[in-house]
Amino acid sequence: MDVTARELDLINALASGLDLCDAPYAQLGLAVGMDEVEVIERLTELRRRGIVRRLGIIVRHHELGYRANAMVVWDIPDSEVAEIGRRLGQCPEVTLCYRRPRRLPDWPYNLFTMVHGKDRQTVETAIAAIAEREGVAQHPHQPLFSLRRFKQCGARYGRRLAAAE
Amino acid sequence: MDEIDRAIINALQGGFPLSPTPFADAAAPLGLTEAELIDRIAALRRSGVLSRFGPLYNADRFGGHNTLVAMAVPSDRFDAVTEIVNSFAEVAHNYQRDHHFNMWFVIAADSREKVAAVLTEVEAGTGLPAHDMPKLTEFHIGLKFEA
Repeated sequence: MDVTARELDLINALASGLDLCDAPYAQLGLAVGMDEVEVIERLTELRRRGIVRRLGIIVRHHELGYRANAMVVWDIPDSEVAEIGRRLGQCPEVTLCYRRPRRLPDWPYNLFTMVHGKDRQTVETAIAAIAEREGVAQHPHQPLFSLRRFKQCGARYGRRLAAAE
Repeated sequence: MDEIDRAIINALQGGFPLSPTPFADAAAPLGLTEAELIDRIAALRRSGVLSRFGPLYNADRFGGHNTLVAMAVPSDRFDAVTEIVNSFAEVAHNYQRDHHFNMWFVIAADSREKVAAVLTEVEAGTGLPAHDMPKLTEFHIGLKFEA
C-alpha cells in the first residue's frame, strides 16, 4: 500500500467523479473534512506519484465512434519482450500495452496491445503499420476483434469504488 | 456533438487544473465561459459519451488487484455463461472476441485473494476452465481517444 489513510479517504471520495461546479475541490473537501487548499495539495501529490494517472474526461470509446477494437496478442521471446513492449507501448495506435503470462499449451502469447479504431479496416491497417514499422511482423501475432461488449464499468474495488481501468 | 464538444474532449482527457476554479481555468483557452464548459460537460455525461468526469487511478498502488481472464465457451451456452460471469460485481468488462477463447473479462477486487476466489466461483458456476492472465509489466496505459 503506497498511500496513507487520509489519501485513501480522498481517493474514495473522488472515485465516482468531481462535482460540476465552480469550486469542485472545496466541495470534495466537505466529504472528507479537508479544506480546498489541502485537497488541491494532496491531489497534486497523488498525481505526481502516478496514483492518480489523470484527472478529467473519461470517455466511453464506443459512444465516441470507436466502433472496432482488437486485442492484438504477440508471442515475443522472453529475452526481447521488455524492449519490444516498451516500443509498442509508445506507438500512437496502441492504447494499452501489457506483458502477461503465457498459458501453454493453449495460449502462447505474452504481449497484449489494444488497438481501437472507427471500423475494423482502420484497425487492421493500423496493426499492419505497427508490425512493419516496429520490425515485429515476424513474431507470431493475432488480432482478437471484439464482437460484442457485455459489460463496461469502472472497476470497483470494494467500498472504494475506485475508478481504475 | 459539435466542434466545441470535440475540442473539450480532446483538451480535457487528463490535465484538468488543480486550482480553486478549475472549470474557469480550463474554459479560458477553449474560448468558453466557466458556465458554458460545465453545461457542455454535463450534457456529454448525460449523453453517455463520458463515463465520468474524474480520476483514472492506478489501483495497484492502493491495494487493488485485477486480472484478465479468458474462457472458451461453447456457442450454445454463450448467453447463459455470460449471464453467470456478469452477475459478479467484481467483473468490470466482458467482451466476446473472435477466437477459440471467445470470452474475455476483467476481474477487479481489493485483494489478490478476492480475485482468486471470484475466479474459482466462475469456474464452479460455469463448469468451464478460466485462464487468468494478470499483468506482469505495464508498458503503457494511454486510453485517450481523439474526438
